[in-house]
Amino acid sequence: MNRLNSVFADKAGALFIAYLTVGYPSLEETVEAVLLLEKSGADIIELGIPFSDPLVDGITIQQAGTKALQNGVNINRCIEAVRLIREKSDIPLIFMGYYNPILQYGPEAFCANSFSAGADGLIIPDLPPEEAGLLEETALQHGLDLIYLIAPSTPDEKIKYVASRSRGFLYLVSVEGVTGVRENLPPGLQEFVERVKKYAVQPLCMGFGISTPEQAGQVARLVDGVIIGSNIIRHLSDENWRTSLPAYVHELKSFLRIQEP
Amino acid sequence: MVPDIMIPDEKGYFGNFGGRFVPEVLAPALDELIRAYEEAKNDNAFQLELDRLLKEWAGRPTPLYEAVNFADALGSKARILLKREDLLHTGAHKINNVLGQGLLAAKMGKRRIVAETGAGQHGVAVAAVCAMLKLECVIHMGEKDMARQAPNVARMRLLGAEVKPVGGGSGTLKEAVNEAFRDWVASVKETHYLLGSVVGPHPFPMIVRDFQSVIGEEVKRQIIARYDRLPDYLIACVGGGSNSIGLFYPFVEEQTVKMIGVEAGGQGLESGRHAATLNMGRTGVFHGSRSFLLQDADGNISTAHSVSAGLDYPGVGPEHSYLKESGRAHYTAVMDDEALQAVEFLSLTEGIIPALESAHALAYTMKLAPSLREGEIVVVNLSGRGDKDMEIIREQMEGKI
Ligand SMILES: Cc1ncc(COP(=O)(O)O)c(C=O)c1O
Repeated sequence: MNRLNSVFADKAGALFIAYLTVGYPSLEETVEAVLLLEKSGADIIELGIPFSDPLVDGITIQQAGTKALQNGVNINRCIEAVRLIREKSDIPLIFMGYYNPILQYGPEAFCANSFSAGADGLIIPDLPPEEAGLLEETALQHGLDLIYLIAPSTPDEKIKYVASRSRGFLYLVSVEGVTGVRENLPPGLQEFVERVKKYAVQPLCMGFGISTPEQAGQVARLVDGVIIGSNIIRHLSDENWRTSLPAYVHELKSFLRIQEP
Repeated sequence: MVPDIMIPDEKGYFGNFGGRFVPEVLAPALDELIRAYEEAKNDNAFQLELDRLLKEWAGRPTPLYEAVNFADALGSKARILLKREDLLHTGAHKINNVLGQGLLAAKMGKRRIVAETGAGQHGVAVAAVCAMLKLECVIHMGEKDMARQAPNVARMRLLGAEVKPVGGGSGTLKEAVNEAFRDWVASVKETHYLLGSVVGPHPFPMIVRDFQSVIGEEVKRQIIARYDRLPDYLIACVGGGSNSIGLFYPFVEEQTVKMIGVEAGGQGLESGRHAATLNMGRTGVFHGSRSFLLQDADGNISTAHSVSAGLDYPGVGPEHSYLKESGRAHYTAVMDDEALQAVEFLSLTEGIIPALESAHALAYTMKLAPSLREGEIVVVNLSGRGDKDMEIIREQMEGKI
């Protein structure tokens, strides 16, 4: 059992999965923020690999990525960040990155180096399973879980197909839209999750557009993990993040705990 | 009407290029588009309506004009023929594809259209078709392009479109496409993304090619009627690649016809400031398909450069990558100042002001002309007219006009 499987197996209540862009606001602060997030109660970390043209990201994560690229962050630096975090922590780490940088780096080298540095999984939002054959095989050989996404618009047949291939967990995109903080959760989440549960045996995690502790609490009733990104980035953009971020995570966790049976 | 060569394959591949690299949320809309398009292809009423609008509203067929003065001034003995897409309604070939996709959107019951634009020619065409078909229209356009193609921004607004400025990055076509995709992801149920070139995920490269193939089909008929033979050269500029593929595609099987795509060489291929994707790029995945790409060592997409907003794009249609790799077509590049000279040269010799994009094809033709033999036939796609470029042309000619 890898770190990712274990954390789901041992969980009490929904897990909190925190996304941050590697290199925002700086590479050192990414490592520090991950350790602080873990200490404050985060269960899994998604490490965003910055890309010049992040098609499924809203303005907050776009700007974080631009800054990270200006800081010179590339895949090698991201893998280095994983290594530094692994020296101090066993929290599951998942890379989230667009396909082209991974393709140019070389899927084989990427999977091998990521795994040996201590990464556990991989999410590529612009690589659907139909196009992922080679990468999926490579990831599997190297012990990385390739996690796929589905959306509320995904038809049943397709949910079944994607669920049969997603390892680690299945990523449910809550909205038709890009990442970003939104005032309200979209309607119909419960029906969406129920539809997915007919076909999926792995844990289900939901992300995109979830930001407040209250929203996280509502989602936590439905799924095994809640993914929050833009709001973490927002905290990191404030120089007081070392105090504001733990406070936010504590409050968030209290809403996730309420949902425990 | 449309040739039936079996590319792309079912997954949208032209050899090693193409495919469908999109977030899952868009998959149902792309599937729906494939179904609607296959239906429309075999739907007589749809085809008749498209033909009628192309003819009565947009001005097809366009003339094939022999540019005798242009050829003489270059000392060329060949026949140089201009395919006059510049005479179409809204001023460029873009309207061919927009009418087709506009009718498809209406057929699918999508009442909202989103599109990107670079030069603004595609945007104006979309705005016009949306007005005529009573569809809501949102155009994303880079801030730099809004400034350098200001007349087209005003035209889009007059036609009832909402033009949304896209900041960040280079403020050009690449960012406009990014934003149009994001808009589509968030509105996919009621919105059709009316992509303006043969790029993007399957089925766009196929659909846009088929709608633009009317250019090459007409050329074939016109040339055979007039000269009873096929042309020796086809020359067209390549941004995303829609006007060129539209000219080339009906001739792909005719091995004697040489096909030359002309990319934007900007300030020179060595300067790094160009948009010569097929000449200088490497294979990668961007905006939904695998194709040649301008990118850095880390796989981040480069900022392209061209004096012509319509060619200022770091990607290119996958079918062109396929035609390049298979050797069936050749791709070259001309620089900004060569294109500007061609604008002036055609204006003075033929009384036709070409778009800066099309001027790239003309500039290459000017280089080729002296080496052509008597009786050879060259068809140059005059993809658009230069009205939109007057500000840039005046600036670049530094007081000469
Ligand atoms: C007149 C004209 N020609 C050519 C192009 C380039 O596009 P494509 O390569 O798709 O024909 C444009 C794009 O805006 C254009 O306006």
